[in-house]
Amino acid sequence: MRIEQHPILTFDRGREINFTFNGQPMKGYEGETIAAALHAAGVKVLAKSPEKHRPRGFYCAIGNCASCQMTVDGEPNVRTCITLLKEGMKVESQEGKGVIK
Amino acid sequence: MFEKTGVASREMVMTKFPPIERINRGPVAVVECYQKIPCNPCQTACPFGAIRIGEDINEIPCRDENVCTGCGVCVAKCPGLSIMIVDGSKSAETVEFRIPYEFLPLPESGEKVTGLDRAGKPICEAKVIRVMNPASFDRTPVVTLEVSREYLYDFRNFRRE
Amino acid sequence: MREVELLIIGSGPAGLCAAISAAESGARVLVLERTFKPGGQLIKQTHMFFGSESQYASHRGVDIAGILLKKVEEFGDRIEIMLNATAVGFYEDNVVTVLKDEKEYFKIRAKSVICATGAFEKSLAFPNNDLPGIYGAGAVQTLMNVYGVKPGDRVLMVGAGNIGVIVSYQLMQAGIEVVAVLDAAPRIGAYLVHASKLARMGVPILTSHTVKEAIGKDCLEAAIVCEVDDKFRPIPGTEKRYDVDVLCISVGLSPLNEIIAMRGVEMKYVPQLSGQVPMRTENCETSIPGIFVAGDASGIEEASSAMAEGYLAGLCAAAKLGHVPEDFDRRRAEYLKQLDGLRSGPVGDRIRAGMKQSELKEE
Repeated sequence: MRIEQHPILTFDRGREINFTFNGQPMKGYEGETIAAALHAAGVKVLAKSPEKHRPRGFYCAIGNCASCQMTVDGEPNVRTCITLLKEGMKVESQEGKGVIK
Repeated sequence: MFEKTGVASREMVMTKFPPIERINRGPVAVVECYQKIPCNPCQTACPFGAIRIGEDINEIPCRDENVCTGCGVCVAKCPGLSIMIVDGSKSAETVEFRIPYEFLPLPESGEKVTGLDRAGKPICEAKVIRVMNPASFDRTPVVTLEVSREYLYDFRNFRRE
Repeated sequence: MREVELLIIGSGPAGLCAAISAAESGARVLVLERTFKPGGQLIKQTHMFFGSESQYASHRGVDIAGILLKKVEEFGDRIEIMLNATAVGFYEDNVVTVLKDEKEYFKIRAKSVICATGAFEKSLAFPNNDLPGIYGAGAVQTLMNVYGVKPGDRVLMVGAGNIGVIVSYQLMQAGIEVVAVLDAAPRIGAYLVHASKLARMGVPILTSHTVKEAIGKDCLEAAIVCEVDDKFRPIPGTEKRYDVDVLCISVGLSPLNEIIAMRGVEMKYVPQLSGQVPMRTENCETSIPGIFVAGDASGIEEASSAMAEGYLAGLCAAAKLGHVPEDFDRRRAEYLKQLDGLRSGPVGDRIRAGMKQSELKEE
C-alpha cells in the first residue's frame, strides 16, 4: 500500500528494483529500505523470535530495536529498516538468531 | 475539559472573538491559542504588528482588532493552525470564514461541504467561496467558506462529502 | 588510525547545528551518521515547527533538514558527513570505533567529541505487544513520510503527547483512518493547538485510557482498550474493542547515549529528562573535558531546543580546541537566550527541573 497523493510531500520514487522474499519475486523502488518495500507489498511478518517463535515485524525504523532483522543474501541479522534495497537481493525471513556462515 | 479533549469550550472561544460590530465591519483574525508554548511566528508574520507576543515567546498572542486588517497572512504561518479569519461584512445572514486545510483533494469553488464544529461534529452546510494555495502559504491552503450566521461561534472545520 | 579534530556522533538537528557552528568558528568536523541519510528525524516531520525565527519556526521539519544541509555544504571543506557509519565503542584515549557499511571496522581518534545521538521510542507493556502491526509512532511516520508507504488502513494511537497527536494528523493527511488517540494520563500532553487540530477532524482523544491487550494471530487484528483510574489501574467493565490493523505506540522517548556512557562520563537518572543522561555544564560539556552532549541525548525536548543546543555545543567545543571567534561571547549569550526562551514557559517547567539535576557547575 503506497501513498499516491499527499498534501505536503511528493514521493520521487527511484527506478524499480527486483528482489526476492523467501524466494518469491518482489518489486520495490531504489532509495527505499528493505522493510519499507516489504511493507508496501503487504509483508508484515519479517522474522520469528528465537525462543517462542512469535512473529516479528517492523518497529523502530532507526536501526535500534532489532525487531526487523532478516537474512539478506545469506547474511543474518541485517537491520532491514535502515538497509537500502538493491537489485537482485535475496531477502529471507529469519527464524531465531540466524547463522553466520 | 479542554485539556482532556482538545475541544475548547464556548466560553474560551468567546474570549478570542472580537465584538460582533468589529466582525460586521470586515475581516479579522481569531487566534485560538490558549496555552503558553514557546512559539511566535504569528507575531513575526503579521505585516501590521497587530499580533503581539512580546519578548517572552511563551506568552499567548494578543491580537489588536483595531489594527488587524484580516489580511490572513498569519493563517498559514501558525504552526498550530489555530488562526482563522472571520468576516461578517458580506451579508446579514451569513459570515465568511477563512480556515487552513491541509488535506487532499482540495474542495472547489462553489462546492457544498459539511461544516464541522470544534469536536469534528457536523453542524451545518457550508459553501466554498475560494481556495488559496500560493507558494507563500507553503502547502497550507486556506479555504474561504460561507456559513449561516448562527454558526459563527461553532463552525471551525469542514468535510467534503 | 584516522585523527580528527572534532567528531560529532549523529546528524540530526543537534548534530548538524553543532557541525555548522563549530565549522563557522574554524574547526574541522567529522559527523558520523548510522543511517544512509543525514538529518535524523527532521526528514519525516511534515508539520511546521514551533519556536522562533532562530529555530526556523513555521518551517516544516523536512525543509529545515534541507536548510541545515545546505549550510553544511557551505562549509564543505571543513565538514565531512560519513553515512552508514555507526559509532560502536568509545574509549579512554578518545578513540571511537566505527562500523561502516556493516563491513569495515576502524578507529578514529578525536581531540573533542560531541554526542548528538538523539533518542529512541519507549515501549509499552501489554499482552501481545510484539505483534506485527504494533509500531513506534515515529517509525510509522518514517514509513509514510519518507517512503510514502501506508502502515495500514485503521490506526489506534496510544499516547497523546506531541508525537502521538502530530503523527495521528499526518496519518489522516496520508489518507489513513485514525479511530482514536488514547492516553493513560488524565490530561493531553501535546501542545493543545495540535490536539485541537485533530479533535476538529472528529478524532476522539481519550484521556485516562490505556491498551489492555492486543489481539491477532500473525498480525494485529484488534485492540482492547479500557479506562484507568487516577492511579492508572484499569477499571473493570470499561473495555472497548477497536478493530485496527495498526497500533502506534507513542508513550515518550528515552535519551540514546550509551556511547558516551561507555566513555565514562558521569551519568544520572533524571525522570524529567526521560532517562539516564550525562551530567553537563551550561556549555553542554560533560564531566570529561572535551566531551560534549547536545539534543535529546542529554534529555528529551523539542527539535527547536536540540538545534539551539547543537549551535551552543559546536561553538563551545570549537572554542576549547582553540577556535575562538571574535564574537564568541555574543554568540554564546544568544544561544543561551534562545534556550532560555524555549524552556521558560509552563511546558518548560519539567525541562528546567530536570536540567537543574543534571547540571555540572563550571569551575
